[in-house]
Amino acid sequence: MARIYFKPRSIVVPGDVLAEGDDVEAESIYIERVGKKFIAAITGLFQVEEEDGKYRINIIPLEGAYIPKPGDIVIGLIRDIGITHWDVDIASPYKGVLTVQEVLDRPFNPATDSLKRYLDVGDYIVAKVLAFDRARDPLLTIKGEGLGRVSEGVIVEIKPSRVPRVIGKRGSMVNMLMKETGCDILVGQNGRILVKCPNKDLEEIVVLSLRKIEAEAHLSGLTESVKEFIREERSRRGV
Amino acid sequence: MGGAAGEKPQLIRWEERDGEKVAVRHDGRLPWQLRPIRMEVGVLANADGSALVEYGATRVIAAVYGPREAVPRHIALPDRAVLRCRYHMAPFSTAERKTPAPTRREVELSKVIREALEAVVLSELYPRTTIDIYMEVLQSDGGTRTAAITAASLALADAGVAMRDLVAGVAVGKVDGVLVLDIDEIEDNFAEADMPVAMAPGLGRVLLLQLNGVLSRDEFVRGLELARKGIEEIYRLQKEALRRKYVVKEAGGGGR
Repeated sequence: MARIYFKPRSIVVPGDVLAEGDDVEAESIYIERVGKKFIAAITGLFQVEEEDGKYRINIIPLEGAYIPKPGDIVIGLIRDIGITHWDVDIASPYKGVLTVQEVLDRPFNPATDSLKRYLDVGDYIVAKVLAFDRARDPLLTIKGEGLGRVSEGVIVEIKPSRVPRVIGKRGSMVNMLMKETGCDILVGQNGRILVKCPNKDLEEIVVLSLRKIEAEAHLSGLTESVKEFIREERSRRGV
Repeated sequence: MGGAAGEKPQLIRWEERDGEKVAVRHDGRLPWQLRPIRMEVGVLANADGSALVEYGATRVIAAVYGPREAVPRHIALPDRAVLRCRYHMAPFSTAERKTPAPTRREVELSKVIREALEAVVLSELYPRTTIDIYMEVLQSDGGTRTAAITAASLALADAGVAMRDLVAGVAVGKVDGVLVLDIDEIEDNFAEADMPVAMAPGLGRVLLLQLNGVLSRDEFVRGLELARKGIEEIYRLQKEALRRKYVVKEAGGGGR
């Protein structure tokens, strides 16, 4: 019989014994198993799900760096130009690599052409992580719908550990933000968020809302309080 | 720091309490009592994780940066993160100015603290990166290495670095023939022995054990048990401090 030692949504810290028993499954890499005990290895919110007599436990980290995963959409900043690739800062311990094949549809000749014509240092891009393993830096691509150079909008940078909260359950938070403000919001998994708004006031409201979500990520009922915050700000500013 | 200087003060008084003879220390503590301990997490905005720890008048601040890209590149390891530790005493931390240049002692302590933390950090989750840990002693009154390791482990947890357990440390000493917990500077200067210990209490492991002076076999065993009890108390305070960071915000209604 499983014993669960913490209530769902409570804050756990490294070293906490979360649960004990054979019918417990750990879903997070931040849960260490020692014998029959499951031990937290990171500060985060505890989650339990019960299904056919099995308990699945998970921790949503509250802090931590962004570790790339293939398929993630990230927002990167071009840092350096090589002969056939760009070095991209993706707000992670690992730097992104964008090769010319992932940008152009035709052969590229470094003798006659320069990468600078396509993407320059300081440009922001919306990219997808193609591949990442322990041995090499993450490979990025900008081929695909919605990917490419960022030409308008503002970039908000938050802690990568807060991204799941900004998106919400099945996108509930970000959809609410877009509906309430009429802005277009793209959340990169690395904690950079691209916001495109019809006017400056709405843009400021979205930025403030994102900061609020970042600061209060561990609280429940956040979607509702952010919604209220947006409505208050809109009526105060008259937009 | 340094050896005994000047006249030896009376460090242990024997008093009658409830019909029993008990050793009372120069600051009024009983042999098994810790100094007042204060911990705060997230004290530095620029660091990924930080903590301030006080054991009485000893005050240490720790900051963690990372995991981040390894610079210079050649120090990176292909299968795990590199831990870099710097234990340093501020020039103003002691009664007489300490030169800010790292001393032999500080280099050694940086190494033993690093080795203690390497045992708990899940460094294989972050290959080819570094995790930098800076510990700065702001005020020194004995037990700085154990306060530093306590602060470093809190700062790592605050930075969201995965670790098997928190690490807490405390020193045990032998003063006038009495084993005492959490010795301070005066006691240390005239002690027969000084034994800093750091443990991961959840795992039941000793991660750092040094002994300066002489203890009998029996005294060593009793000293280690005394340290374990002190460490468990500190460990409880560490977890409380980490949780408090989030609970305070809840009560205050948010904002930064």
